[in-house]
Amino acid sequence: MEKTWNNKAWFLVLPVLLLVAFSAVIPLMTVVNYSVQDTFGNNQFFWAGTDWFVEILTSPRFWDALWRNLIFSGVILAIEVPLGILIALNMPKHGIGVPVCLVLMALPLLIPWNVVGTIWQVFGRVDIGLLGYFLNSLGISYNYTQNPAHAWATVIVMDVWHWTSLVVLLCYAGLVSIPDAYYQAARIDGASRWSVFRYIQLPKMKRVLLIAVLLRFMDSFMIYTEPFVVTGGGPGNSTTFLSIDLVKMAIGQFDLGPAAAMSIIYFLIILLLSWVFYTVMTQSDAEQK
Amino acid sequence: MTNNSSGSRFGFLIPVIYIVFLLLPIYWLVNMSFKTNSEILGQLTLWPTNPTLRNYTVIFTDPAWYNGYINSIIYVVMNTVISVLVALPAAYAFSRYRFLGDKHLFFWLLTNRMAPPAVFALPFFQLYSAFGLIDTHIAVAIAHCLFNVPLAVWILEGFMSGVPKEIDETAYIDGYSFPRFFVKIFMPLIASGIGVAAFFCFMFSWVELLIARTLTTTDAKPIAATMTRTVSASGMDWGVLAAAGVLTIIPGALVIYFVRNYIAKGFALGRV
Repeated sequence: MEKTWNNKAWFLVLPVLLLVAFSAVIPLMTVVNYSVQDTFGNNQFFWAGTDWFVEILTSPRFWDALWRNLIFSGVILAIEVPLGILIALNMPKHGIGVPVCLVLMALPLLIPWNVVGTIWQVFGRVDIGLLGYFLNSLGISYNYTQNPAHAWATVIVMDVWHWTSLVVLLCYAGLVSIPDAYYQAARIDGASRWSVFRYIQLPKMKRVLLIAVLLRFMDSFMIYTEPFVVTGGGPGNSTTFLSIDLVKMAIGQFDLGPAAAMSIIYFLIILLLSWVFYTVMTQSDAEQK
Repeated sequence: MTNNSSGSRFGFLIPVIYIVFLLLPIYWLVNMSFKTNSEILGQLTLWPTNPTLRNYTVIFTDPAWYNGYINSIIYVVMNTVISVLVALPAAYAFSRYRFLGDKHLFFWLLTNRMAPPAVFALPFFQLYSAFGLIDTHIAVAIAHCLFNVPLAVWILEGFMSGVPKEIDETAYIDGYSFPRFFVKIFMPLIASGIGVAAFFCFMFSWVELLIARTLTTTDAKPIAATMTRTVSASGMDWGVLAAAGVLTIIPGALVIYFVRNYIAKGFALGRV
């Protein structure tokens, strides 16, 4: 769309700017402040320069957590996005099925995150949980508190359970916005199922897909509450993702300096990866026009 | 034009299987909430053999429990209203105009959506203490704007860009002032977008725990935090925990029920 150059538009943006700046800029400055200082208590601070950054970047603990988190986010996106599109395409378009599907699918999204963790913790337990009991009676010695592979599987299935609906709802909102005339035209042209998807539905869903992919990436990269409740980062360190590691460091050990340095590195990684996503997807958007 | 896009005759099975997968763990929670603790820990049963309402009675008679729900609902509603109100004009500006630094500003907004809440917990506490806002609903509502406002701007901008610009121009030629045009003509056109944005604001504010727990102590404590505390205090009262979990699902289910038409109707693109 042609946009007019108009600097008065700043007035429309101003409330958002002030509100977000209050909640973002000041806290971020505090974190930056901590990351370059050392303290021995009593509110006395000493300049520490880049020591904390060096310490974090050379510690294997940080890199392990980072790799774990990247693999986790990759697996999550690879499962949830195609699955979400598939489900959205097959959802009913008319009748009573629509509200039923929407309401039921949105349910997991509206459960507080620690309750999600609790649900799966209970559901997967060998003694009182349906899933754990069922798998064990099938002869699989499933136990997510002992076996790292099982812990991973549980956390991934939990995330798919929790978040695929987000992708479904966004894709569905994109799909219902396509006028019937497009499908009629495609039918007259004798377009195949695949070309309807490729040339009508996918381009129309592009925007919402961008939102879905970015949201899923960011949230899976900052995941804290659910795996913390289910596995507590264990067994061992096998499900200790970046946020869990960060909170352990900041609140468990009160290492404010390293924790602040880690927050900043963490934030920059997310920023960089999201920027890459955003640029790639908006560019392919521009090529289409 | 029914079934104009469903793949095969059995396409409907995919959502059905998915919904069953979604409902199983929830069913298990509901099931547990009607059981006594001895039954939960004893034999595994697919439905309660001695259904009891004791777990729910505990919650509805103890102010420490039910106040948690009231607190959560208050700050979530405040946050949703604030987020959508400030996001509407901003999204309009981003979708219609180019201005100094617009792209940077838009990306900066998104970066706040990406900030891990774990990073902000401690600085938030210090900031809101300085303003004397700790343990108030408005503190949580404003803190949640950090991630909800950028999201609302982003969603609304997407929907607004789908409305042809000729509509704005025609309205201005017809003598509409900007506020009147915005409320009377533009907002109905993007009603589904507003519904979706409000839904997501509600959702992310309702489910967030880390910041809400950090900023509250007693008067504004959210239900999710009440749950964690009570569990650790009384050992593992699985039944009450399950009942509290079931009750946290209900407000969300109500909200999605009310916005379902906005999401489903889609925006009137090309029909105006």
